[in-house]
Amino acid sequence: MKKVLSIILVLALVLSATLIFAGCENTKTESETNVETDVKGGDDKGGEENNGEENTEAADDFKIGFIFLHDENSTYDKNFMDAATAAKEALGLSDDQVIFKANIPETAECYEAAADLVDAGCDIVFADSFGHEDFMIQAAEEFPDVVFAHATGTKAHTEDLPNFYNAFASIYEGRFLVGVAAGLKLNEMIENGVITADQAKIGYVGAYPYAEVKSGYTSFFLGARYVCPSATMEVKFTNSWFDIAAEKETANALIADGCVLMSQHADSEGAPKACEEAGVPDVSYNLDTREWGPNTALISSKINWQPYFEHLVNCVKEGKEIEQDYCYGLAEGSVEILGLNDDVAAAGTAEKLEEVKAQFIAGTLHVFDTDTFTVGGEKLEEYMADVDSDEAFTPDTQVISDGYFHESEFRSAPYFDIDIDGITIK
Amino acid sequence: MNDNVKNQVHEPLIRVRKRYTMRWYKSWAVRVAAVILALLICALVIVLLTGYNPIDVYKAMIEGNFGNARKMWNTFQELAFLLCISLAVTPAFKMRFWNIGAEGQTLIGGLASAACMIYLADKLPLPVYYLVIIAASILAGMIWSLIPAFFKAKFNTNETLFTLMMNYVAMQLVSFCIVYWENPKDSNTVGVINRKTHAGWLPTIADNKYLLNILIVAALTVAMFVYLKYSKHGYEISVVGESENTAKYIGINVKKVIIRTMALSGALCGIAGLLLVAGTDHTINTTTVGGMGFTAIMVSWLAKFNPIVMTLTSFILVFLDRGASEIATRFKLNESMSDMLTGIILFFIIGCEFFINYKINVRKSRKEEK
Repeated sequence: MKKVLSIILVLALVLSATLIFAGCENTKTESETNVETDVKGGDDKGGEENNGEENTEAADDFKIGFIFLHDENSTYDKNFMDAATAAKEALGLSDDQVIFKANIPETAECYEAAADLVDAGCDIVFADSFGHEDFMIQAAEEFPDVVFAHATGTKAHTEDLPNFYNAFASIYEGRFLVGVAAGLKLNEMIENGVITADQAKIGYVGAYPYAEVKSGYTSFFLGARYVCPSATMEVKFTNSWFDIAAEKETANALIADGCVLMSQHADSEGAPKACEEAGVPDVSYNLDTREWGPNTALISSKINWQPYFEHLVNCVKEGKEIEQDYCYGLAEGSVEILGLNDDVAAAGTAEKLEEVKAQFIAGTLHVFDTDTFTVGGEKLEEYMADVDSDEAFTPDTQVISDGYFHESEFRSAPYFDIDIDGITIK
Repeated sequence: MNDNVKNQVHEPLIRVRKRYTMRWYKSWAVRVAAVILALLICALVIVLLTGYNPIDVYKAMIEGNFGNARKMWNTFQELAFLLCISLAVTPAFKMRFWNIGAEGQTLIGGLASAACMIYLADKLPLPVYYLVIIAASILAGMIWSLIPAFFKAKFNTNETLFTLMMNYVAMQLVSFCIVYWENPKDSNTVGVINRKTHAGWLPTIADNKYLLNILIVAALTVAMFVYLKYSKHGYEISVVGESENTAKYIGINVKKVIIRTMALSGALCGIAGLLLVAGTDHTINTTTVGGMGFTAIMVSWLAKFNPIVMTLTSFILVFLDRGASEIATRFKLNESMSDMLTGIILFFIIGCEFFINYKINVRKSRKEEK
């Protein structure tokens, strides 16, 4: 009896082993394709090295190093990685000239990573996360010959170092545009009798009540109201940049609260998936979410970092001056509208967006036009924003002039942090 | 036939027997063999999955640790941090008190340093200011370890669960404090504390950022070695660890030893937190300790609680970790690849201890027996 049992057990083991290996075989074909590209990369490397040896004087020993908070599994970091790879290809840089350091936390490890990149011969070091900034400044002070650039940071103009730069994009214009698409969708729903005009409530899942998020949802809302005057919006925060469960839950809560259209500023698939389940149209950020919500994903906006990376490299190579605060948008391709879903969007959306976009580029339309919103029932005539970060958060700069709020002009990172009428925060 | 079976004791095919004596050189030969074997398996995995030359990959690992002076200093500093937390958990584990709360104890120590650095800057004379920061970190670590120790001694609660839960409480507390300290507002990061004034930053020795941490931990290592091996306390800890009843029988106050040892454990974690926050990072977030509180347990056990050997085991772990991230960077591989290699190497290193402690007997054929 025992023998029979042991034979069965052995057979089961062998079978499962075969299955596992069969599984490996499948993955192997995948990795084999990787091997091919990798090997190719290796060849390129060898080729470049040879070139370098041939003409040592004019040698292209330029290098750029990137510091990422997470790896490609985070949509936020993937956006930077893809842009860096695209820029590398567009500029014809070799594998050796671009160094990625992933999973660098917002601690002294960021300084170590930056110093390490300098040791590796980098001419530019770029970091992608807000909390990296102080450590980048520390490195910038120590290595004055290297250019340090930092996304989403706020301190370049106050530190005023000759080699430390902030960058962002006028994403608020992109948000406004996708807001227009959302407003058109609301109009369509009103016309079709799905909702009444006063039911046009938008739900918004935000990460933190941080200026970047507030500026984002306010411009989105203003875009929607630009075409659908009866629109209102309700915002809820998850207090995390990436929390799939919380984002999904928050989205569901907003839908239950009567929101008929959703958008979000948090980095996971939580909200788009919740919207797909509930059949509520959703406007996304940073990536095309049609894969997650084929019937509900409406449109997205994102910052495309490729133009900035290319600009940075060209400036350093040609010895040109770099903007302390780089903030460009639609015209330069830094702000991108993507994933317009014709199955979901209202008719004529694409044409309308082109029209509004042209107005932005021409400078005839401003997102935060003070005629289009009120605060506490009154028009905003002036506003002192905390542009120069200090510990007491003292408002220091008059940002309203010529009838609009000048977002991202006094520094690249957003500073619009006003709660306007029409948006309820819960 | 039946009689035959009755007369013979059935012997299983494979029998595992505890080994009590193995010469030190033999056991080290087993360990070295295990590492070599692990490296061979890793080489195979590297070739099969990536097609890279494994020698290049190993070279990258070494260069990632010792490629230049900065990397070398940084390696030793990382070693110091891990070793410091390992030293902290060692007396508790030697006493068979399963303290898996070093992560939280270190974090709370760091939180206390950060709080003092923020709130007391420019309010106290410099020496007092430093003393307060140091005392607060040590005290905070101690409190965090004394709470589970007290409940263990008084009510015999399960210390494994208790210390583990305390980690999450510490993390939540840090998140909570970040809300008050965040700079700029609502950004959820504290930023570098006193970046302009450097107030409360531990001093640097001879302009070297790493040396102070390394020296402090080196001193602690020697002290811990002496404490465990030559002091009465150290003896009591081993007796309690071997058998609580024996300890009671020979008149050791077990409760007192538990509480005293955990206080020491927590104090050392507090020092680790101090070195991390006031010495190096100058900021605090929930990932400040970065899992070292758990890795430390492995360091301590692998070294069989000998602080001097722990320098070696923590070196192995730091080496693997730093080497792994260098591989990821240089070969453009995902961190998962280097995690796999680290996993394989650790598997062999830990696995070989089995063969050092146990002997495997295979049943001999019956003819031979007769």
